[in-house]
Amino acid sequence: MKDLGRIGFTEDQATLLDVATDFCLRRSPVATVRRLMEAEAGHDPAVWAELGDLGWLGVAIPEAYGGSGLGLAEVVPLVEQMGRRLMAGPFVSTTLAAQALIAAGTEDQKREALPRIAAGEAATLALAELDTDWEPDAIACTATRQADGRLALSGRKVLVTDASEARRIIASVRIDGTPALVLLTPDDLPAGALRQETVIDGTRRSFGLTLDGIVLDADRRFDPNRTVAALEHVHLAANLLAAADMVGGTQACIDYTLDYLRTRNQFGKVIGSYQALKHPIVDAYTRYEQARSHLYSAAHCFNEQGTGEIAVRMAKASADVAYSFAADRAIQFHGGFGFTWDCDAQLYRRRAIWHAAQFGDAAFHRKKLARLLF
Amino acid sequence: MSTVDPKDLADFSEQADAWFAENVERDPGFMLPLTFMEVGTDTQFNFLRDWQNKVWEAGYLGAAWPKAYGGGGLPQAFQIAATRAMRKRQGPIMLNAIGLNWAGPLLLEMGTEAQKQAHLKGILSAEDIWCQGFSEPGHGSDLGSAQTRAVRDGDHYVVNGSKIWTTLGRYAKYMILLARTDPSTERKYDGLSFFLMPMKAPGIETVPIRKLTGEHGFTQTFFTDAKAPADGLVGPEGGGWKVAMRTLEYERGARGGQAGGYVSVGANAFDVFALAQRTKRGGQPVLEDPLVADEMVGFLMEIQALTLNGQRTQVPELIADRPQGIPLASKLMGTEMSRRLNDFAVRLTGVRGAYYVDEPEAADNGLWARNYLNAFSATIGGGTSQIQANIVGEHVLGLPKS
Repeated sequence: MKDLGRIGFTEDQATLLDVATDFCLRRSPVATVRRLMEAEAGHDPAVWAELGDLGWLGVAIPEAYGGSGLGLAEVVPLVEQMGRRLMAGPFVSTTLAAQALIAAGTEDQKREALPRIAAGEAATLALAELDTDWEPDAIACTATRQADGRLALSGRKVLVTDASEARRIIASVRIDGTPALVLLTPDDLPAGALRQETVIDGTRRSFGLTLDGIVLDADRRFDPNRTVAALEHVHLAANLLAAADMVGGTQACIDYTLDYLRTRNQFGKVIGSYQALKHPIVDAYTRYEQARSHLYSAAHCFNEQGTGEIAVRMAKASADVAYSFAADRAIQFHGGFGFTWDCDAQLYRRRAIWHAAQFGDAAFHRKKLARLLF
Repeated sequence: MSTVDPKDLADFSEQADAWFAENVERDPGFMLPLTFMEVGTDTQFNFLRDWQNKVWEAGYLGAAWPKAYGGGGLPQAFQIAATRAMRKRQGPIMLNAIGLNWAGPLLLEMGTEAQKQAHLKGILSAEDIWCQGFSEPGHGSDLGSAQTRAVRDGDHYVVNGSKIWTTLGRYAKYMILLARTDPSTERKYDGLSFFLMPMKAPGIETVPIRKLTGEHGFTQTFFTDAKAPADGLVGPEGGGWKVAMRTLEYERGARGGQAGGYVSVGANAFDVFALAQRTKRGGQPVLEDPLVADEMVGFLMEIQALTLNGQRTQVPELIADRPQGIPLASKLMGTEMSRRLNDFAVRLTGVRGAYYVDEPEAADNGLWARNYLNAFSATIGGGTSQIQANIVGEHVLGLPKS
């Protein structure tokens, strides 16, 4: 049997978990979450500025490029706590864009972009396309070399999160059939290139991006020799951070439901005393603990060849099942109130569905695991 | 506990590994029980008792119990290393499970000095086999309603009643017994007392019970004016419920202090994976069926999660929200997974799934079906899964009592 991973926890992780637990609780109470869902920006710029001041945007950026030189293992507790509080904002988009730059950006691109990202400039990825699977090389968009050497883009990207405020968008395309990554800035986009999408998770701001008509200088292309590996790296990083957000959300969703089960009375009894409700919530809880163990194993082993991929896929698959189940039952167990907009259970359920639809759901990752393990 | 010198520990591990490599006898010529609940014949019993004694004499059982009581007086890390070596070399199970894992650590924590002196060494050496008298024919999960009576008479109590599911009952020299010393208390729990009961006393009869697997392994125990010495009380008279609950914590692995080794070798997901890898159906590897493959992945994820849960309990920051959550839920998670896993294993064997133990065409001599049926001993015994879910719901998640 291959090495499936193991738990390890650094002092940096512990410190960041501690700080993030407190910060996200204070800065993202659910009333704020609901207010920001209705606001155009979708998040609080003051909180975003604070994240920059705290150094969180540079946690996984090397010191040479203005970061603190830790890794994604240290980002995981931050995102877990953000997910727990349904926090909005372009933190994950920006962190993943930085990962793409680190993995395959040219030296010039890294020197130009990474310090600015670490200092608080938002960035994002444009990878997904409609009607593809979740494989990182499932790319139909193209870039064609013109006679002047410039790259003419074509095609349509979807689920480009936080694109309206990103100062950099990293898109995947094919050049002569080979996967490539290119760096876009808002100045490159023709009017109407971005269209805001209506997405199931109201805490998100997501955009469709039409690439037709965009022409880039050749130096916007990432290092071709490292691009395929970078796409794989970003795919796993995205799943790791999604799992973190989902595990945090699962915990909060269970706690939210428990509050109701402990206080709501029916037939003269607190409903949490009924085993028809008690046993399924215990089931949700044990799935949560398993998902969280997978998450911190994936965080710890992320950089290990082979084991990292196994652990990340297990973490995402486990988190998907745990979050979906906990949130689905949360709606049901709130009864009539659960069917209303005002019940928070739906917020968690929507967020779980959002994550399952991106970078692979449980079934996708289990299928990949079968190939990795058998 | 003194600090561990890594060099000492490494040497000890190496010696333990060499010792088990040399001394483990995997095929004694008869079927070895996979758990302490399956010891059905004298041949099996004698073999396992000798084996436990040998392991203890070599210093690989009770290594972390105090020297004064027959232990090795070493830090727990040494016993963990010895157990690891035992597992790696696939040594047979430790027989005296109730003594080693439940009664022993309980006495270490709550027993009188005389009780420790009298019993702990015999537990380790397997000279004194122990059994447990908690469940009654009318009260399994509802332990607090136990009706077996113990009435004080001078320096002893007179016991009448019956206990059931007494594992190793036929062989045991002592029983940890929960009996009612006062039937008139307002709370039923306050009338219970906890005894160390000699089993070879007049008035005790053990009647074998046949399990769903067809084998024997436990008994019903009948008490007719049997004498329990008063100095065998653990805790005060009327304080037995608390002692019994603590015993269950040891039994369920929610509390440490056990003597070491393992008392069952139920198939784990990796064994079932090996079965899946060598199984063909219609000439094709069964794992090429995507539905079977998906189920197998699910089990591997689950067993990995349980392993990781155990590792996570060693990191206080990662269990800070509910420190008792994983320990109290581990029996529920582990035993339910094992039951489903063995069911999956039976289905993996396809047509051969219809066979049972001793059929020459059965896969692995019917091991998987037997494992599956035996798996219920863990989802029912020691508190059913439904009781475990209540415990987790109430003690971990703070829900009101059902």
